[in-house]
Amino acid sequence: MEQKRAIVSVVGKDQVGIIAKVTAILADNQMNVLDISQTILQDFFTMMMLVDVSEAENLDKLQKEFDQVSEEMGLKINIQLEDIFQSMHRI
Amino acid sequence: MNIAFAEIQETIRMVQMESLDIRTVTMGISLKDCIDADFDQMNEKVFDKITGYAGQLTSVAEKVEKEYGIPIINKRISITPAAELLGNATKEQAVQLAVTLDKAARTLGVDFIGGYSALVHKGITKGEQTLLDALPEALSKTERVCGSVSVATTRTGINMDAVKQMGEIIKEASNLTKEQDGLACAKLVVFCNPVEDNPFMAGAFHGTGEGEAVINVGVSGPGVVLNALKKYPDADLGEVSDVIKKTAFKITRAGELIGRVVADRLNIPFGIMDLSLAPTNAMNDSVAEILEEIGLERVGTHGTIAALALMNDAVKKGGAMASSYVGGLSGAFIPVSEDNGMIKGIEDKALTLPKLEAMTCVCSVGLDMIALSGDASPSSLSGLIADEMAIGMINKKTTAVRVIPVPGKKEGDMVEFGGLLGRAPVMGINPYSSDKFISRGGRVPAPLQALIN
Repeated sequence: MEQKRAIVSVVGKDQVGIIAKVTAILADNQMNVLDISQTILQDFFTMMMLVDVSEAENLDKLQKEFDQVSEEMGLKINIQLEDIFQSMHRI
Repeated sequence: MNIAFAEIQETIRMVQMESLDIRTVTMGISLKDCIDADFDQMNEKVFDKITGYAGQLTSVAEKVEKEYGIPIINKRISITPAAELLGNATKEQAVQLAVTLDKAARTLGVDFIGGYSALVHKGITKGEQTLLDALPEALSKTERVCGSVSVATTRTGINMDAVKQMGEIIKEASNLTKEQDGLACAKLVVFCNPVEDNPFMAGAFHGTGEGEAVINVGVSGPGVVLNALKKYPDADLGEVSDVIKKTAFKITRAGELIGRVVADRLNIPFGIMDLSLAPTNAMNDSVAEILEEIGLERVGTHGTIAALALMNDAVKKGGAMASSYVGGLSGAFIPVSEDNGMIKGIEDKALTLPKLEAMTCVCSVGLDMIALSGDASPSSLSGLIADEMAIGMINKKTTAVRVIPVPGKKEGDMVEFGGLLGRAPVMGINPYSSDKFISRGGRVPAPLQALIN
């Protein structure tokens, strides 16, 4: 089966446990992380992860779980299929 | 990972802060096979076909928007011009057909269904006359049905008999809904050179050259263009055009992807992508504000038409490069009631009706969502329509008139339509009569296609 990939992006104030919480949700949903890049810019934590969502039935459910973490930690977390970025930014 | 973080952030910012959205996914459905000598049976077939084809439209679109993180604001339906189904039907039956369409839209949870339409740019058949007679009542009795009437094209000229009728129809539709400030008129468009695959309401219909069913997508994003321009306050106009072009390109690419996914999942062919900057009353989601960002103190002042021409063309160029099938009306809409900048322009007396008419020479459609004083006579409305049709006919472009004469209101009053339709300052019209011109009737011959100075 063709691989379906999504990008999880996280932005917010740097603090302990961001990666732990985000990856915990991914692990709970049986999702494999393919790539991570992360930097801290003037106290601002920014991370994006490429994850394999071939098995995922419902990204909406995942987004809701992320929303909970977003609220607890004051972050912005989005999950979107990778294709949308490919088509907007690559020809 | 070959996408940079900045690019991901750009997309997210466009959606969350700058109101980038897929404005509409419109399913066009042919109803020709529903034609039946027995009117009740036809009504039943129409309802069954629409609800059958579009049954999954809303749920599929909602799922796709969540997966890709791009909102799809409206899910809509366009149908074969209803006049083609009417044949020998009576006016009452024609109204009943509109009620059936309304019921189908309600059942499916779509906010508008377009195509209660007639193409009468050269002549009027029996069925089309029935539809014209039924229009005021049909639009005031229903909530979600949109109608359009083509009264002119570059190849046929202007059918002035139809133009005369449209003035009367608009007036009557307004009177029938006077408690709602003439709301029925907001669902009625008069066209010159209409396009068959336009996904935007109120002028959408499923043209006779179209297939059984099709998915057409309309994307919008004045806010995105506005914010992109704000980063280049000192760019020259060539660069301004380039910024708009690049932004339009990205927006269109996003729309095309979403449209194709929706079409694929519904197992219906993808038709066209229409990139139109369609404003809403949301903060910063205004076409007028883009013109002001380009350098006008207030929309409507000298230079407005040049700025609009530049913008409209840049949007088309960006869109055309981004999609394999650009269609519809692609360009910039300039509705008044749906654009806070336009409203402000009129309130500040910078923008007038004649200037709006002139702007339609270079924008993608025409006079849109303009509230007129309640005492406008049918012949003045017809005169206004005739002018707009002439602009479209000579310039070989689509033009349209969607005006609302508001019963009991006069120039300077404010009228609230609510929701997507917004609010508009009432504009006065020329007090001198067009009666004799309109009552002459007949056809304005098609213009020369050569010697075009």
